Amino acid sequence: MKEWGYKISTPRVIDLDKADTARYAKLVEEVPSVKKCIMCGACSATCTASNHTDFSFRQCHLLFRRGQVVNLSVELDKCMLCGKCKIVCPQGVNTRAIISTMRIILSDMNNRNTPL
Amino acid sequence: MSGKNIIIIGGGPAGLEAAYHLALHDYSVTLIEKETETGGHIRKDLKLFPDFTDASEVRKELSDKMMHPNIDLKTGICVTELFQEGLKWVVKCDNGSSFISDAVLLATGFETFDATRKEELGYGIYDNVITSVEFEGKLKEGKILTSSGRVPQRIAFLNCVGSRDEKVGNLYCSRVCCINGVKLAISFKEMVPDAEAYCFYIDMRMTGQHYEELYRTSQEKYGVTYIRGRISEAAATFDNRIQLKSEDTLACLPLKMAVDMLVLMVGMEASKSTRILSAQNGIPGEYGFAAGSGINFRDNLTIKAGLFLAGTCKRPLSFQETIADAGAAAVQMMDYLKDEK
Repeated sequence: MKEWGYKISTPRVIDLDKADTARYAKLVEEVPSVKKCIMCGACSATCTASNHTDFSFRQCHLLFRRGQVVNLSVELDKCMLCGKCKIVCPQGVNTRAIISTMRIILSDMNNRNTPL
Repeated sequence: MSGKNIIIIGGGPAGLEAAYHLALHDYSVTLIEKETETGGHIRKDLKLFPDFTDASEVRKELSDKMMHPNIDLKTGICVTELFQEGLKWVVKCDNGSSFISDAVLLATGFETFDATRKEELGYGIYDNVITSVEFEGKLKEGKILTSSGRVPQRIAFLNCVGSRDEKVGNLYCSRVCCINGVKLAISFKEMVPDAEAYCFYIDMRMTGQHYEELYRTSQEKYGVTYIRGRISEAAATFDNRIQLKSEDTLACLPLKMAVDMLVLMVGMEASKSTRILSAQNGIPGEYGFAAGSGINFRDNLTIKAGLFLAGTCKRPLSFQETIADAGAAAVQMMDYLKDEK
């Protein structure tokens, strides 16, 4: 089997018919300012972690919003919670709280091993 | 009376507003409208962006202004020929009538883009793919229903249909579709609060006053979801819903979803009358719109003395911009007629 040159690739498409948006609804409840995000990327531009890793807060937040949470906890661990993103955000989004809340929601999910 | 006659071609917001200002200053105005009633495209609207004014209110204000005794309203006739004869302008209509005046204002407006030209979006093929104009019509009727009579639980609005699109020959941005999409999404969410509304965009161009605020309100208060990416194709599912394919360009991932209804935010194109009448007089312009004789100044003037422009015959404009432009055109016509004794 090792010689076989083909494998089944997992789809990488966002399927909004299957995506679980309950986690994002929970995030909105906890940090309402998340709804004000206009995806400008100022957070990622100033991010200390982004300067050394491929971490992008903007993208993590968007993937969470679209229900794409596979490997997301690993990504979020790259954040050092310095809070620079919160200072530069032009919309007053509580970015730091978003990171912490996403971590909590995702770890709850991992521990219980059940969807929220 | 000033003794000067003015003909205005087009009874939409631009023509009506300009007619009123000129009438107030004692010019004798003949306003020619091809439809049987005036008001132009706002006749189809329920509410206006960005403050949700009832479109009927502004229609009433404009039609009340037409009661001015200096305005002679001619509806249901279409201008077929426009030319200069000495210092006078001659207007000939499809019913055989003709008019002579000292100056003419072209207020021939726009037409919405014919969405069947974007075949991949399924308009004219699938019943649940409709245009923004048709969606507004449903709002006006007071019920949004799919072709099978169900209340849609999920609607997608697609911006830039017929705009920013070289393949259909329109490189320009129609400017009002973004904010109009925000308005329609909010109107839909007000009608069906539990439903989902998605807006697909390339850039959200919130250029007018209060547009950005309304865009934020749509997200904060109404939970409208914005996805940056153009829908590349729409197809029907077995149960007559619409399957969409796009890219979420901010997530850098392809995206697919099924919706109950797809609304195409159709852009503005030059109207047939604008194309014909400006061509007859050698008025230059891009994309069929008529160009003023200057960009920074003299935007309401043309290369022909006595022929003026107002509103969306020049380029896409919002209702509010059209009204302001009509006033500007009226002033410039008065300037011209004052000199020309």
